[in-house]
Amino acid sequence: MISVLARLTGAAIILFARFITAVRAIWDGIEPVPRQRIYFANHASNGDTILIWTVLPPAIRARTRPVAAADYWLQSPLRRFIGQDVLNTVLIDRRPEARNHDPMALILEAVDDGASLIIFPEGQRNATNAPLLPFKSGLYNISTARPQVDLVPVWIENLNSVMPKGKIIPIPLLCTVTFGAPIRAEPDEPREAFLTRAQEAVLALAPRPAEDPQ
Amino acid sequence: MTGANGDFLFLLLGIGGILVLATTIGAVLKHRIAPDGSNPTIENLNARIMAWWGMTALLAIAFLAGRTGVIILFAFCSFAALREFMTLTTKSAADHWPIAVAFFVVLPVQYYLIWIDWYGLYSIFIPVYVFLLLPIITVLQGDTRNVFIRISETQWALMICVFCASHVPALLTLQIEGYEGRNILLIAFLIVVVQLSDVLQYTWGKLIGKHKVAPALSPSKTWEGLLGGVASATLVGTALWWITPFTVWQAAAMSLAITLCGFFGGLVMSAIKRDRGVKDWGHLIAGHGGFIDRLDSVVFSAPIFFHLVRYYWSSV
Repeated sequence: MISVLARLTGAAIILFARFITAVRAIWDGIEPVPRQRIYFANHASNGDTILIWTVLPPAIRARTRPVAAADYWLQSPLRRFIGQDVLNTVLIDRRPEARNHDPMALILEAVDDGASLIIFPEGQRNATNAPLLPFKSGLYNISTARPQVDLVPVWIENLNSVMPKGKIIPIPLLCTVTFGAPIRAEPDEPREAFLTRAQEAVLALAPRPAEDPQ
Repeated sequence: MTGANGDFLFLLLGIGGILVLATTIGAVLKHRIAPDGSNPTIENLNARIMAWWGMTALLAIAFLAGRTGVIILFAFCSFAALREFMTLTTKSAADHWPIAVAFFVVLPVQYYLIWIDWYGLYSIFIPVYVFLLLPIITVLQGDTRNVFIRISETQWALMICVFCASHVPALLTLQIEGYEGRNILLIAFLIVVVQLSDVLQYTWGKLIGKHKVAPALSPSKTWEGLLGGVASATLVGTALWWITPFTVWQAAAMSLAITLCGFFGGLVMSAIKRDRGVKDWGHLIAGHGGFIDRLDSVVFSAPIFFHLVRYYWSSV
């Protein structure tokens, strides 16, 4: 019963996301094949998780779990239903003092189960004018613990105008989600060097500012 | 009404015949020149023809569903066009509410007014009421940076994507003596002539096009394409006089007027795309680009066609 309801809700969410954003996936240097991957993306809107989830082909989507903040997704029964039953998120607590689990253990458990993941390495929504906030270490820790898994950079374009922080009604604008060539942490690669490389991989997918066509 | 249905069916068969011919030519070209799909022009041509099948089917279904079907179809086209247009306009965070109002209030109200046939209001709702009221909502948000550009571009988007586009279904509200129950054929005439003009301009341009009309605005529009396309589309429009309230010569003049409006409409929209550094407005119609890429000529010709018919033929 719950799973039928979850499927219907999932279909409705995808339809709504497409209605508002006509979202299009651009696979640039990587193909949408069902292989275990960790998608890491820029984070400027609450809808980011849903937008990536929407553009993944169904077979890949079914095996992909967004890593998300427990304090957000457990806030109300509806969010709990969408977060757990529809999106099948890996819920982690961002507040070290309140949590009774190790976020990294939960994430690695999901990876060992064969799931692909969606993560936002900035750790919070970016409300600044900078294109990206500095990445947290989680991405590095995952890659060194499971070096066989590809990390796929993702750039989400325009969703922050569709639904800026604090707004309830989304406005319809075209969005794109660009997937780039995968990276992995090299053996002995220092944390900072890897995180810088990962940030550059995401930024490289952002559309360049309008220029004169020839 | 059966007369209108019969004529419509006849027209549909004609379009179906053209599409079968086009599909065959596309398949032969692909088979002869690049069976492996390596020629982008042929691939694009075939994608366009496939999309034409889809668009024709959608239009036919809407026409058979009558007034409600046509109004819903064009309301959706307006929505998709506005979504593309607003993606490229100058905005700030303060414009969230005005833009939400544009999409979720202005657009439905405009099509509702057409549905209830209130000419006195739908013909001035966006050019007068929205023109004055929406900037008030905008400036009350308190952000003056680029405010003149922001309100202008939002208004222009609404005029093009909603106001002008809504004049296609508005043709259904005209009352023409001796033409009762056949207004849907006026829409068919407008769309067939304008879209055929686009297709024929493209075809003539690809075949013999050499001299560019406006190289600064559009690299693909040539004098050969323009003259050949407008002339042949006007001929087809003239030959379609029997589905209209016009005489043969009137049908020719109307066809010429709407194909020219359509051509210059395409030029204007092309200039805006250049300014914003994009090649297409969107990507939803395979081979064509976005909704605006397909609708630009219809949008520019619809209000003028509407008012010409209303002034010379309509009794209201």
